Amino acid sequence: MAQILWFENFQPEDTPVLGGKNASLGTLTGAGLPVPPGFAVSADCYRKALADNGLTGQIDALMAGVDPRDTGSVAAAGSRARELIGALGMSAALAETIGAAYARLCSQCGDEALPVAVRSSATCEDQPDASFAGEHDTYLWVRGADAVADGVLRCWASLFTDRGIAYRLERGYGQHGAAMSVGVQQMVRPRAAGVAFTLNPLDGDRSQIAIDASWGFGEAVVSGEVTPDNFLVDKVMGTIGRRTISAKTLEYRLTDSDTVTAVEVEASRVSVPCLTDDEIAAVARLARRAEKHYRCPQDVEWAIDSVSGEVLLLQSRPETVWSRRPRPQGGTGIADPITSMVQTMLNPTKPLPQEDHHG
Amino acid sequence: MADRFPSPFEMPTPPGAEGWQDLYAYSTVFSEDRREYEDSTFWFMDGVHTPEVIPPWDATILEFAIIGLSQYNTRHYVIPPALGVDLRFLNGYMYLSPVGVADPEEIGARVPEFAERAGYYFQNWDRLYAAWMPKVRALIDELESISFSPLPHREDMAVITEGRGTGSALDLLSTYSRLVDLTLKLWHYHFEFLNLGYAAYLDFFGFCKQLFPSIPDQAIAKMVAGIQVDLFQPDDEIKKLAQLAVELDLASRFAGSEPASEVFAGLRGDPQGDKWLAAWEQASQPWFNFSAGSGFYHSDKVWLENPDIPLGFLRTYIAKVQRGETLERPMEAVVAERERIVAEYGELIDSDEDQATFQAKLGLARTVFPYVENHNFYVEHWGHSVIWRKMRDLGRVLVDAEFLADADDVFLLSRHEVPEVLFDYYHGWAVGVPSRGPKYWPKEMTRRNGIMNALRNWSAPPALGTPPEVITEPFTVMLWGVTSDSVKQWLGGAQDDGGLSGFAASPGVAEGPARVILSADGIADLQEGEVLVAPLTAPSWAPVFGKIAATVTDVGGIMSHAAIVCREYGLPAVTGTAFGTKTIKTGQRVRVDGNTGSVTIVDS
Repeated sequence: MAQILWFENFQPEDTPVLGGKNASLGTLTGAGLPVPPGFAVSADCYRKALADNGLTGQIDALMAGVDPRDTGSVAAAGSRARELIGALGMSAALAETIGAAYARLCSQCGDEALPVAVRSSATCEDQPDASFAGEHDTYLWVRGADAVADGVLRCWASLFTDRGIAYRLERGYGQHGAAMSVGVQQMVRPRAAGVAFTLNPLDGDRSQIAIDASWGFGEAVVSGEVTPDNFLVDKVMGTIGRRTISAKTLEYRLTDSDTVTAVEVEASRVSVPCLTDDEIAAVARLARRAEKHYRCPQDVEWAIDSVSGEVLLLQSRPETVWSRRPRPQGGTGIADPITSMVQTMLNPTKPLPQEDHHG
Repeated sequence: MADRFPSPFEMPTPPGAEGWQDLYAYSTVFSEDRREYEDSTFWFMDGVHTPEVIPPWDATILEFAIIGLSQYNTRHYVIPPALGVDLRFLNGYMYLSPVGVADPEEIGARVPEFAERAGYYFQNWDRLYAAWMPKVRALIDELESISFSPLPHREDMAVITEGRGTGSALDLLSTYSRLVDLTLKLWHYHFEFLNLGYAAYLDFFGFCKQLFPSIPDQAIAKMVAGIQVDLFQPDDEIKKLAQLAVELDLASRFAGSEPASEVFAGLRGDPQGDKWLAAWEQASQPWFNFSAGSGFYHSDKVWLENPDIPLGFLRTYIAKVQRGETLERPMEAVVAERERIVAEYGELIDSDEDQATFQAKLGLARTVFPYVENHNFYVEHWGHSVIWRKMRDLGRVLVDAEFLADADDVFLLSRHEVPEVLFDYYHGWAVGVPSRGPKYWPKEMTRRNGIMNALRNWSAPPALGTPPEVITEPFTVMLWGVTSDSVKQWLGGAQDDGGLSGFAASPGVAEGPARVILSADGIADLQEGEVLVAPLTAPSWAPVFGKIAATVTDVGGIMSHAAIVCREYGLPAVTGTAFGTKTIKTGQRVRVDGNTGSVTIVDS
């Protein structure tokens, strides 16, 4: 049983023990995209820990007893499951294995107390690719082998967050097959970060890339705690067709106590664009590469390393809103040129750049 | 904000311009008899072609141009929703009003006719377009063959011995009439393909906007843009001559600032110099029949007659060659980029049906586009250059007859007056008595010059009358850049923050000190890295695009000359800002965003 799987050595057949998020990081790393290095603790480790401590059946029974219509029942079972897992501790052997992998990552990145993100990557036996965005815990700026091992344990427990249970119920995924892989990935200190959609979320225009960006760590954007700057970039021409600079009053920043905390942004930076045109172009290129790799519209998370200035890809998953809708069609595009010209003349498209109604 | 523009009937005559109406055809001025119609109509000033006051004879070409456009819409191709464009002169400026077809039933009835007629041209485009070029070349040859000379003291003996039975004055009168007819014919040819070309292009444009609502306008233009465009040939010729001057080791001869006449005199007789001069001569026909303006004014300077203009550009290019910079446009790269753009948008189209439609419309747009891009050189530059030259020859005949003090005064006559003037000259010559002209015209010309000067100082409003709720007429939008938004902007004046908006005509963002240039004469002042701010630009300004950072114009849409040239040169451009030259002052730092069509004054 492989306990540690490095992103750089990712094989598609590992997906069931990695969960969607870690598999995606592995895939993107393999595709040569600038993903920060890291490794995954296989979901098998989670299964083994439960089995070794005799918890498998107990938790299955807890979950089997949940009444999906009763939030109180979900909360009670979740809380009990998290308690059980939190209390089991981690075997010395696994802690050592994780510690060794962390040490290797530290030496690879040239920082003996490398800050890492410890991220949940849930998996379902019947849905190996399912994405559980935001259902489970993530720990930022974790340093040291003990803290990493502790983060892994807490991620395991977060398999049974109320929203995680509810999500699986809602999707009809079995609770029994659910397991947790955990990703441990180098963390950079971003000067700005955010998300990018490889289509215009307002109208589904696939020729556009919409970027939301704000100061500091991307969590402020992902959680929606800040109104980000928004840029619309044409995929083919690379032109920035729309830029909306928002009042970015809050950022997640590294504090003196070496933790990532939401703080108020000083007045002088609030309404300043958080990306230069070159950076906007670099983010758009990165998103486009991810889309080209997956051959479908993507929703990516990115960050700009404040030291190297490099744009890093933190996550890429299929865009789900427009991809499920019928495509906005040329539709009225009439093949017969004369008929079409008459229609164009009778219903002229306004050949003007789109006005910015967001600023 | 007002909901209408001033009535043409509220416009006072500028002091000193009283009687200006008599210099223009009676049918082209606002009048009480048609007041009801004229007052309820929307008129916009054609700043694209004629930003300045229009001398009376120059109005000829404008009337011919507009009537050509109109007849093709109305009577030839039966464009379903559009008739022609009505025209008026007010205080010497031209106002236009596109006429739509209001009745939906009539529009419907026009559709099958349009399908048959336009369809024929689209189906046979290559063959018909192949015939166009020889046709227009033959017309220009005929224009070139025209000659005006003073009436002879005696008719030649040959008139007697050959039993011709007619005299020189008839020739003079009929030659003028032929010049006018050929001018009208030139404008027929101009619109033989243009309206259809625009219709096909707009169709592709509209389809791209449906597929990709946020696609930049210039991306669509780039997909159909030609690679070898005749409009850029004059500039390319200057580049070749710059290269040749360096190769022949003649660069130092161009180093100073002497006028062309001196530089060329210095080259003559020297074997290398003669070789270069021969190359110059060869390039100049036809390529230096190139106007430094829009070509619609007799006063627009033509390279052929003003070699100092191309010489200035030549000097810039020679300096570049000497610095080791390459002048050639990277054709292969341009082709590759065009194909990349098409392929990448193409990849983003999901359905096979849309894909096929996209390819078909692109194909047709590319078929028609060479005409859209090329006709301008043959008509507005070459054809007009010859027409102005021949009219000036006629002016010299009238100077010789002591009717006029200056050959250019001929342009202060309307085209209808010219036969009358020639007949007066004829009368004196035939009868053997003094014509009235020498007593009458010099004084009248003083008066008319006074009127023109008074009109020049008038600030023409961008529009008159009642605007329609939406502007949909495709040519108005495409060619003149007049849209519902620009009308709104004109009504509201410039933005409060001093910012301007217009068409995102050529992509990119640039910042630099502004240089406001109101006419071609000012372009020599442009410094490296400046932002050119002008009412409009002419394609012949091409060589200055090598040193400026961006362009802002008052008028013009995405297919205006400035837009085309800037895309070619990879410079950001915002066109149709309406108030650029009024809002921006030379020396102010401005930021031009050619992606969004906005211009910001960064500091004063």
